[in-house]
Amino acid sequence: MKIKVKINGKWEEWEIDPSDYLLDVLRREGYLSVKKACDTGTCGACTVLVDGFPALSCSILAATMDGHEITTAEGIADEMDDYMKALASEGADQCGFCSPGLMVMVYALRKEIENGKVKKDEEAVKRYLIGNLCRCSGYLGQQRAIFKFLGVK
Amino acid sequence: MREVKKSVPKKDAYGLIRGKPVYTDDIAPRDSLVVKILRSPHAFARIKNIDASEALAMDGVELVLTYKDVPRKPITRAGQGYPEPSPYDKFILDEYVRYVGDEVAAVAARDERTAEEALKKIKVEYEVLEPVLDFEKAEGNPSVIHPEDDIFPQFDIGFDPKRNIAASYEMEIGDVDKILEECEKDPDCVVLKERFYTQAQAHVMLEPHASFAYIDMHGRLVIVSSTQTPFHVRRQVSMVLGIPIKNIRVIKPRIGGGFGGKQALHGEMIVALIAWKTKKPAKLVYTRREVFEATYTRHPSRFDVTLAATKDGKLKAIVYDVLWDTGAYGEHALTTLMVAGSKTLPMYNKVDGVRFRGKVVYTNHVPAGAYRGYGAIQANFALESAMDMLAEKLGIDPVDLRLKNIIREGETSPIFKIMGEGREGVEMIIKSCKLEQAIKRGAEVIDWKNKFRKREKNGSKVRGVGMAIAMQGSGIANIDMASAILKLNDDGSFNLLIGATDLGTGSDTILAQIAAEALGVSTDDIIVYSSDTDLTPFDTGAYASSTTYVSGNAVRVAAEKMRKLIIEEGAKKLGMSPEEVEFDGKVIRAKDGSKEVTLKELATVRYYTEDQKQLVADGSFVGPESPPPYAATFVEVEVDTQTGKVDVLRYVSILDIGTPINPNLARIQAEGGAVQGIGMALYEDVKYSNSGKLLTNNLMYYKIPSRLDVPDMHIEFLESYEPTGPFGAKSVAEIGIDTPPAAIANAVYDAVGARIKTLPITPEKVFFAMKK
Repeated sequence: MKIKVKINGKWEEWEIDPSDYLLDVLRREGYLSVKKACDTGTCGACTVLVDGFPALSCSILAATMDGHEITTAEGIADEMDDYMKALASEGADQCGFCSPGLMVMVYALRKEIENGKVKKDEEAVKRYLIGNLCRCSGYLGQQRAIFKFLGVK
Repeated sequence: MREVKKSVPKKDAYGLIRGKPVYTDDIAPRDSLVVKILRSPHAFARIKNIDASEALAMDGVELVLTYKDVPRKPITRAGQGYPEPSPYDKFILDEYVRYVGDEVAAVAARDERTAEEALKKIKVEYEVLEPVLDFEKAEGNPSVIHPEDDIFPQFDIGFDPKRNIAASYEMEIGDVDKILEECEKDPDCVVLKERFYTQAQAHVMLEPHASFAYIDMHGRLVIVSSTQTPFHVRRQVSMVLGIPIKNIRVIKPRIGGGFGGKQALHGEMIVALIAWKTKKPAKLVYTRREVFEATYTRHPSRFDVTLAATKDGKLKAIVYDVLWDTGAYGEHALTTLMVAGSKTLPMYNKVDGVRFRGKVVYTNHVPAGAYRGYGAIQANFALESAMDMLAEKLGIDPVDLRLKNIIREGETSPIFKIMGEGREGVEMIIKSCKLEQAIKRGAEVIDWKNKFRKREKNGSKVRGVGMAIAMQGSGIANIDMASAILKLNDDGSFNLLIGATDLGTGSDTILAQIAAEALGVSTDDIIVYSSDTDLTPFDTGAYASSTTYVSGNAVRVAAEKMRKLIIEEGAKKLGMSPEEVEFDGKVIRAKDGSKEVTLKELATVRYYTEDQKQLVADGSFVGPESPPPYAATFVEVEVDTQTGKVDVLRYVSILDIGTPINPNLARIQAEGGAVQGIGMALYEDVKYSNSGKLLTNNLMYYKIPSRLDVPDMHIEFLESYEPTGPFGAKSVAEIGIDTPPAAIANAVYDAVGARIKTLPITPEKVFFAMKK
């Protein structure tokens, strides 16, 4: 079947199988920042935005995406320069496999804070990001960078 | 120091964060055959019949491999230096399957779905055998896991497969039995005997194991793999497939974490064989379930510790009796076992007697292999828990007991010479050791004096503090070799070519910093290319905390040579002798200030006009010793007496890693290691079904720490300088993981008097121990 999606700002038409997951289709279509890591919707490495809200692309059937807007790390990286600098200057990127998914999540979090939906404090930020697992950094370097980027005191 | 001891961002940071396609699966050819593995549903069985004809007949199926289609050549997948200290007890595919998840067949097909369908069409008739699932009953069990006669060790490792023993090791210093006997009779002496167990922790690197292979235009085999050891992969694939090393190229792209789990070969041999046979690119990406069920775990252990000490706290003897579960294959069996001794026993170097007896048994479990800590963490949990118990028995503060007995700068331990990794070690006088300062500083930061045994209560919750100390190594002395090549470009920048393998730790960056420091140039002028067996010089790989020390020293040697070369060539250009000029990183200048030439000008003329030549320098390094980094860790926990749940409130770790080449990256190593250690201590439970199937085979059942589980953490590096290291550096990769299990167990005891001797420290264990 064919679906039309607005991916990182431009409309594309994809030929998919009804049983395809969004993650696999995204990778097939060249959006390789989206990572496959856990197969159970547990790790956050495949996080994308669907209509502006974070979603696990491994747990969404691509067929349900017809007419929707999808944003991957490739689509927001240029807007997230300050975030990338903050993370890099902490040395917290490490292996990088969880980084694009986390960046998408931080992008969404910043919007939620701006809209007053999430409190701008350490606990709320940690809770919002709890689904993004990292095995290298122990999270603390990431958090130093994220708090700095979001202006969490 | 201008370029080291400086927190520059990782060279690959921006590319990685924005999600550039740089990992194995991202760069695999789009037309790769997709490889899937049929895995054993039985813990132990013999394949009576296997019929792949229906699978092979399917549209889109290119090839099916069973044990009948692969060379029968025993190997080890361990990914260690050659000759390996692991037994050659594995075949690419075998008629026996030895754990649930063992390889039965491989399918290569046009796409994933076809490959998965084809797996279902392979008909296998098994003769199910009685598995060995309790490692304490493995030795001499009537079920022999490796009955085949064509397996062998490279040298004596205590290999006795007919008794299910993969390796064994014994050593003794002093007459330990006599010391214990006398101590037991002596009223001024105590003896403590305790037994501990540790679990089969999983690495859970975020990127699953992945590899692909293709045949290049010259007919050579190219393997791209998420490996920690590209040169070992090349050697082992060559050995098992009979393809000369010259016809194999192995490339490691960016990889998504390893922690030891990618030291071994998992998949490379299969994709190589498929690409070789079909002449088509073939890729194999493990599912998370396969990573759990069919790669490696940490070696589970039973650890008996006996300590003898005088009443005033002088340790007289340490005795280890160790039983290690290596699962179905003996990879890293002997070496992890020996590290349990060699990376813990020297901490208490003033004893009269030491004995180590260990056996590594085969079972029908997921194979164990290398994992950060590599035996030391199991031993550390046992020894440092026992030290805490001894302190209580003696009525001495655990901090004071450590201070009375620890190793100090300028001292040695006979263990260094006796126990190496798989063979004898090397003598070593400790040139840098700030362990005493680390203990004192840690006690101060956690406020030990006001917290130990105070058991502060808040409703049903009680607080406690605990501590543990650790040492590790910096590479494997006299075995690990690394090398580096530096070449000057015509703009005055340098290519640094290194075999070393960056797993995401930032080693490419710190090696560039070391090169820059030794050359006197900026790190920005060093362009790093690593881990490609065609283009970079040899390196044993990223394991045993070796990269900063061993590869770093190789880079230092190459950079010092390059600096000398620049001064010589610069002097020649100026018509002077090398003694008459100096180089400040940009300009070669006469010391009397009369003449100068910039590095860029020099490089340009050497390439295009005058006395034309390439300026290039190499360096190799083998560690003559393996200087240990040290850590003293103090934790404060809060135990809920109604549920047994343990929360770590504060984590203080004071480390001696020599010079931190990049303090930010070193800090992340220490923090990341600590959180993995906390995971092993508290959350990462491993469960098997009665028939030997791993139940904790995904991230819903196997719990790694999330960001809410991470305590307030104080990491501090003490001023320390290791004279044999590059600019004073030792290792940092593993030392951080060793202390959490014992420190937390000791803190739980301090809080509620429950002594947990079996990891992980789950709420139910604490709860029931409190009720005792």
